[in-house]
Amino acid sequence: MAENVLKLIGIDSYIYLTILLFSVGILGVLFRRSMIVLLMSIEIMLNAVNLLLVVFSVYHQDSAGQVFVFFSMAVAAAEVAVGLSILVSIFRNAGSIDFATLRNLKG
Amino acid sequence: METSLVLILILSPFIGFLYNLFAGKKTREASGVIATLAVTVSFVISVYLFQQVYVSKTPIVVHLFDWISLERFTIGLDFLLDQLSLLWLLFVTGIGALIHLYSIGYMHDDEDKDRFFAYLNLFVGFMMMLVMGGNLLVTFIGWEGVGLCSYLLIGFWYKNQDYNDAAKKAFIMNRIGDLGFLIGMFTLAYIFGTLDYAHLKADFSLAPLTSPTVFAGLTLAGVCLFIGATGKSAQLPLYTWLPDAMAGPTPVSALIHAATMVTGGIFLVTRMGFLYNVIPDVQLLIAIVGAATALFAATIGLMQTDIKKVLAYSTVSQLGLMFLALGVGAYSAAVFHVVTHAFFKACLFLGAGSVIHGLGGNQDIRKMGGVKSVMFVTFVTFFIATLAISGIFPFAGFFSKDEILLSTFEHNKLLWAIGSLASIMTAFYMFRALFLTFFGKFRGTEQEKHHMHESPKTMTIPLIVLAILSTLGGLLGIPGYSWISEYLAPVLPGAPAEAHHLGALEYTLMGVALLGAIVGIAIAYFLYISKKNIPSADEEKEGFGKIIYNKFYVDELYNALIVKPVYALSSLFANVFEKVIAYIVDGVGSLTGYISTQARLIQDGSVGTYLVAFVVGLCAILTYLFIL
Amino acid sequence: MNIVAVLLVLLAGVFLTFVSGNKLAKKSALFFSVLTLLSSICLLQGYLGGVNVGAIIPWISYPHVSLSFKIDGLALAMVLLTTVLTPIIILTTWDKEIKNAKTLYSLILFMALAMIGTFTSSDGLMYYIFWELSLIPIYFIILVWGNGEFEKRKKTVITFFIYTFAGSLFMLLSLVYLYTQAKTFSLDAWYNLKLPVETQYWVFAGFFLAYAIKIPIIPFHSWQASTYQKAPAYGTMLLSGIMLKMGLYSIIRWQLPIAPAAAECFKYILIGVSVAGVIYGSIITLKQRNIKRFLAYSSLAHVGLIAAGAYTLTVDGLRGAVLQMLAHGLVIVGLFYAADIIYKRLGTANIDEMGGIKAHAGKFSTAFIVLVLASVALPLTFNFIGEFTVLYSLLQVNLWFAVLGGLTIILGAFYMTRMFQQVMLGQASAKPFFDLKLGEILVFSLIIALVILFGIYPQPLIELVDPAIKEIVKQIVS
Repeated sequence: MAENVLKLIGIDSYIYLTILLFSVGILGVLFRRSMIVLLMSIEIMLNAVNLLLVVFSVYHQDSAGQVFVFFSMAVAAAEVAVGLSILVSIFRNAGSIDFATLRNLKG
Repeated sequence: METSLVLILILSPFIGFLYNLFAGKKTREASGVIATLAVTVSFVISVYLFQQVYVSKTPIVVHLFDWISLERFTIGLDFLLDQLSLLWLLFVTGIGALIHLYSIGYMHDDEDKDRFFAYLNLFVGFMMMLVMGGNLLVTFIGWEGVGLCSYLLIGFWYKNQDYNDAAKKAFIMNRIGDLGFLIGMFTLAYIFGTLDYAHLKADFSLAPLTSPTVFAGLTLAGVCLFIGATGKSAQLPLYTWLPDAMAGPTPVSALIHAATMVTGGIFLVTRMGFLYNVIPDVQLLIAIVGAATALFAATIGLMQTDIKKVLAYSTVSQLGLMFLALGVGAYSAAVFHVVTHAFFKACLFLGAGSVIHGLGGNQDIRKMGGVKSVMFVTFVTFFIATLAISGIFPFAGFFSKDEILLSTFEHNKLLWAIGSLASIMTAFYMFRALFLTFFGKFRGTEQEKHHMHESPKTMTIPLIVLAILSTLGGLLGIPGYSWISEYLAPVLPGAPAEAHHLGALEYTLMGVALLGAIVGIAIAYFLYISKKNIPSADEEKEGFGKIIYNKFYVDELYNALIVKPVYALSSLFANVFEKVIAYIVDGVGSLTGYISTQARLIQDGSVGTYLVAFVVGLCAILTYLFIL
Repeated sequence: MNIVAVLLVLLAGVFLTFVSGNKLAKKSALFFSVLTLLSSICLLQGYLGGVNVGAIIPWISYPHVSLSFKIDGLALAMVLLTTVLTPIIILTTWDKEIKNAKTLYSLILFMALAMIGTFTSSDGLMYYIFWELSLIPIYFIILVWGNGEFEKRKKTVITFFIYTFAGSLFMLLSLVYLYTQAKTFSLDAWYNLKLPVETQYWVFAGFFLAYAIKIPIIPFHSWQASTYQKAPAYGTMLLSGIMLKMGLYSIIRWQLPIAPAAAECFKYILIGVSVAGVIYGSIITLKQRNIKRFLAYSSLAHVGLIAAGAYTLTVDGLRGAVLQMLAHGLVIVGLFYAADIIYKRLGTANIDEMGGIKAHAGKFSTAFIVLVLASVALPLTFNFIGEFTVLYSLLQVNLWFAVLGGLTIILGAFYMTRMFQQVMLGQASAKPFFDLKLGEILVFSLIIALVILFGIYPQPLIELVDPAIKEIVKQIVS
């Protein structure tokens, strides 16, 4: 079964897809100013990596990679929950989630 | 036995010093007696040792312990008592004891006299160390030590800052010479690996000195040691401290600045005669410096009005004559003159001190006159000493000065002429001082006239003794048979100086010298007795006389050439260099601060910027790792 | 007796003094410093008796560091200098009112501990630790108990701290590099390390920066005068009497034998700089009006001569440097004490406002002039022995070094007699000036007795340091 999947569509296509997804995520992180979008972009990057893990796990016939993906999805869910709650509290305090206006870290 | 005697000899004055320093306050009245006793003990031992060495003709050598170790050799605390050092010891302790005795009277009313006698004892101790040193370094201890005592005693009346200035000047001038001494000593140590007089002398007779580098080293050593001697013995160009040193109490001037300490330079050159005999160029230098100093100081002496300054310049001038003798290789003549000079110059200074004491502190010969009627003993002794220094037959100075001029004449006619001229001037200004002080009418205030009195016995007895010695001192070296050159022959370099064959030439020269002295005296008599001239007040002087009166402005010259530039340099260092250095150091700190201010701007607080930087950096690393 | 015991005595002193409370602190500190002195004398006896008084205790296996103390005559001489001066310095504070005395006295003892550690360590890392440890107490001593406005003082002391610390970091670089080469911090192993000449330059330079700042050698001296001025008298004594000797000692113990080829190569430059320091320091001293700054600059001149002696790489130079270090330590402490006494009685440190003290205080004047004369190296004082030997070693290198270095004889006499005249002589001052009290007499007599004793009979010290110095010179030359 698994071999079929990779025969159907070659592994390099998967790698290109993950690179594309990851780049979309990076560009989103770099160029969007809304923090919601930022978080979403991070999720996209994370999922790109997850996908890559799954693909390689199939390729190597090793289930460890897929186990890792479950872990990382669980952690990502937790992280999003924490991230969103921080976002909410930032919004309450600053009245905005546009991080270009948040410059408290200025040296 | 001998070691312990030498120890007592050298320690006695130091013990006197310590006693008077620590316990002197309680026994103030006895401090003078204690100090005199301490020196007398040394004198007695000196006489005993002198007699021993005179008979046995072998020097006494004492090695106390190793003092300083160097890589190549060790310098011991050694004493060498040979004919030369014993002769010096005799008159240092002898005249020293007399001057201590004199000081009991002179310093009677001073509230700090315990300190005075302590210093005086310390001086005698160091002076003995100077002459007894078995190697150059022990001599150097004494050399610096006497300089210190001179500093302490010139500034004895420390409340007067002018005196302190004079003391400071003496100390620094001496130290310039001391640096020369040190460098000379180092050079010899570097070449020969020893500082011992005996070893050095032996090396000189053994080692071939033809190699040019060794010869250059010896010349350097000779010149440097001579620089040391010019500092201590007040020769050109380092003489200016001696006239100023007259700020000290008069017994100090007599002991340190006339009879003993200032002859240290002569002693050193005589001691190192074996060195100077192989470097004739330096010998010529010594002779020229000596002759120049003799003439130069005598010229200044012509116009001085302070009785002690007159004597000071005459001391410088006489020391110049001694160096002249050393320069022409007539060591025994120089030593002979040192001895006679010690007698009559001490007598002159003590006499002057007696007059100053009698007049309640006045030193200006323009305000004296007619003193002889009241102070007869002082007058007679002063008169004898003046005759002696002027070189009148048969007083001591005649013989020793004649010996020097004779030896010089054989070597160099020009230097002889200069020396003779200086002698004539000496006769003139000494009698000028004598006439102005003791003859004519008293020119001081009524109060001073009333106060005028003959000095007490403790002061007049030393005067009388010294006057007798000034009269008879010449017997040590009468032309034809010179006891002193025979006595010193074993320790002096080269062949023993032959007694001058007394031919027509010698008698003519003696006659010329005597005639010159009489002419000098006659001029003085004409000016100050017949015409009753009184030197004019300071501001009335003009022309060449003014220049001489102001001592050729040498002090001002030194001030402008050396002291002022040093201060200017000091200001430059303190105000510019220090600031620049501090600025650079602080600048490093400020630079760090500046960079951090600039670097701060990168941290603009925008997460976006950070992310861009992060991603760019990551890409760069990945590119570097995997692509390049 | 073992060196570890000496250090433990001091360590116990540090804690017990701190615990004993403000009232007893002074006595406790004196007691422990004297105890240290006695134990260091026992140490000396043991050493002279041929007992091994050093110690090597393994500490960290990787990287290889051990608590190792090597005692030879040279180290012992420096230890004795420290243990002799510490009680004297504590005695100088005897009749002072000091706030928070327990902290101060334990800091003083702690500093002595760190300095003894520096002098005796033969392990690179331990040496560095002790070296830096000594900086901490003096930092607080100046900051808390110093003179003048707090803000200015803080600025001065921070400059001092950062400056010396920055220099030390370069030394640390050298030490770490040496470790990477030798795989051990042991000094003996480093002695046997034959580094290539080019590497030696860098190692040498790293050490040099640390030492040049600590000593200080011009032009790294800009911290000195103001720090001395701001420090309390006892702080200045610790700094000038012992601490700057750490730098000089380290030149002889660490810098020269580890990088001998570099030392040989830079010899003329280093002697030149040191001799320039002598002249520069002497001349600049002339213009100083604050008596502590005056002494600071005169000290600059003297240590310049010591450094010059050390850099000649000759037995005479090194021996002279060591003797001069000891002499300078004793005399400068005495001079700063004299300055402190004047400051206490007159309330000013400005030389222009002094004068006429001698008329009031004969004993003080005598003590002061003896110290002044020792400082200008009059024969029969200890300083002469060192100065003479150093100048002679300079002549062995080059005549002009000796002449220029010898100028200190003239210039020293110039500024010292001038200062003495302005401070002590002249008409009796209007302000009364009490003569020395018993405790003060004790301090001065101790110092003067040592200075004169070793001036007349220095052989014991020469014999003590000689074997060590000859070994080091052998190491340098080979």
